[in-house]
Amino acid sequence: MMKKNKKAKAVEEKPYVKPLIRRRKPNRSIGGDVALYIFLLLVAVVMVFPIVYAVSSALKPLDELFMFPPRIFPRRPTLNNFSDLFVTMGKSWVTFSRYLFNTVFITAVGTFGHLLIASMAAFVLAKYDFPGGQTFFKLVTVAMMFSYYVTGIPNFIILNKLGWVDSPLAIIVPSFAAPMGLFLMKQFMEGLPTALIEAAKIDGANEWTVFSTIVMPNVKPAWMTMIIFQVQALWNNKAQTIIYSEEKKPLVFALQQIQAGGIARTGQGAAVLVVVMIVPILIFIFSESQILETMASSGIKE
Amino acid sequence: MAKQQGINLKPTTPAPAGAKETYLQKYILLRKHNVKVAVRKAKMNKSCYLFLAPFAIIFTLFYIFPVVASIFFSFTYYNILETPRFIGLNNYISLLLEDEIFLIGIKNTLIIALVTGPLGYIMSFLFAWLINELPRWVRSVAIVVFYAPSIAGNCFVIFSVFFRGDAYGYVNAFLMNTGIIDNPILWLTNPQYMLPICMLVILWMSLGAGFLSFVAGLQGVDPALFEAGCIDGIRNRWQELWFITLPSMKPMLMFGAVMTITTSFGVCDVTMALCGYPSTDYAARTIVTHLFDYGFSRFEMGYACAIATILFLMMILCNKAIQSLLRRVGT
Repeated sequence: MMKKNKKAKAVEEKPYVKPLIRRRKPNRSIGGDVALYIFLLLVAVVMVFPIVYAVSSALKPLDELFMFPPRIFPRRPTLNNFSDLFVTMGKSWVTFSRYLFNTVFITAVGTFGHLLIASMAAFVLAKYDFPGGQTFFKLVTVAMMFSYYVTGIPNFIILNKLGWVDSPLAIIVPSFAAPMGLFLMKQFMEGLPTALIEAAKIDGANEWTVFSTIVMPNVKPAWMTMIIFQVQALWNNKAQTIIYSEEKKPLVFALQQIQAGGIARTGQGAAVLVVVMIVPILIFIFSESQILETMASSGIKE
Repeated sequence: MAKQQGINLKPTTPAPAGAKETYLQKYILLRKHNVKVAVRKAKMNKSCYLFLAPFAIIFTLFYIFPVVASIFFSFTYYNILETPRFIGLNNYISLLLEDEIFLIGIKNTLIIALVTGPLGYIMSFLFAWLINELPRWVRSVAIVVFYAPSIAGNCFVIFSVFFRGDAYGYVNAFLMNTGIIDNPILWLTNPQYMLPICMLVILWMSLGAGFLSFVAGLQGVDPALFEAGCIDGIRNRWQELWFITLPSMKPMLMFGAVMTITTSFGVCDVTMALCGYPSTDYAARTIVTHLFDYGFSRFEMGYACAIATILFLMMILCNKAIQSLLRRVGT
């Protein structure tokens, strides 16, 4: 009896010691965590090095560009390469603003149309059971399995028949039906409670009202995801096989012409790289959390 | 409900004489009934079709129809100017038996796909999994850093500066200064080194949409499962990965596989930009490069369509194979 009491007392008296490092998850060793940080840091440096190098080359003055051995960071950073780029573009037959307008026009119209059309389709596919719906969605999933190149040639023939070759329509219209956007949007919309839609129906709303006032505002994270994938595809689209007229070419094409200008344009070439990559990366940085929220429902279920 | 009744029409008792006919009749009856149900359902959901129509039309026109057209044209000689002329299997025969450059293309594509595909996929998952261990704000920075190469446009051409063939290319200079090599190596013009460098660059860019999907999927795994696993005797992060994380991420694994296969068979941008088009001895030719060559330089559309059809079959078959493999994960 005495012994038991003593034992109980001993347990009570043991004070609570706050652990030195708070464990967020079970099954983790501190050594493993340290190794993990070091490993990830090394890989991150390798991943980011070419990008950093491109940016720093764009900021280097001419003499530092060809310095040997090279320095990673410029000693006297300058924006000369960018201004030279604008001068070169200004001297070309088609003005810089025209190229920029082409790209912005294609990207903006293509993205907006894709957002609207694919969301409409995704809405009915996710929330209604009608004959053919599931089959259609399966087809879309299969379409994600082959790349754009497989359909390139017949697409060209079709566009030719429609008379759309050498017009921005040839890029914009096919991009409306990009399977990836529909897929992500449909998967995300399935997470939306059906009761929400039914309640609106009881209140007398028709399909379009439900879609535009209830469904769309609730899937804003998925918008951002569609936008990033679409902008990424359209912004980088050179369209060299479809558009021939110089005044209709997108910016990326013109920029790559400058890049191909040889050693003398090394600095400007680096500036081009920065101009081309900055837009998709910025969009991604600003919408990261929303994109991840959408990707959480991206799985292919059977 | 109605569908259920239709199925009940099937006879449960042994059929009498002349059974073949009655079975057939009943089968037709059943079919008719199903069609009727479908039609009525379709009529009830008319507005659904209106919503689907714009996407469906464009999708069919630019994604489904081209595949069919490509298969059709692959049996013809077609150069856009003349009407297509049916030539049977000739395109395929000359592709596989006579066109040595195409065989190089297939070989290169397979090598690239078999190396960068699985490696890129494993890298995507591994880094997504490791990143998931980090605290919140470090994680969001890490995701940007790892994902950036795949959306950085044609930033990969910077690698041609690193791998320049003269003594001033950084890799050459480094190797020469450390005494590993005596003479500069022509990295991007020597067939021996072209493919490995392209694969390196492709791997650098391989953390794409699949990677994002993995990161998001890992965040969505129920934390209660880990605690339960801890109580049930899971002792380290590797066991946790195999028994809890992987099985709850199957759909994302599937999505990642689709993305990886599609990109790794469609390689052409990197090889064209780094090794030139055409490359020395066609050593960096891939199926898609060959397709471009015949489709848009020589305008032999029939021949190019045969290439496209082969590529299409490779992609679809590979996808199906990988999907049936992935179904077994964690079981």
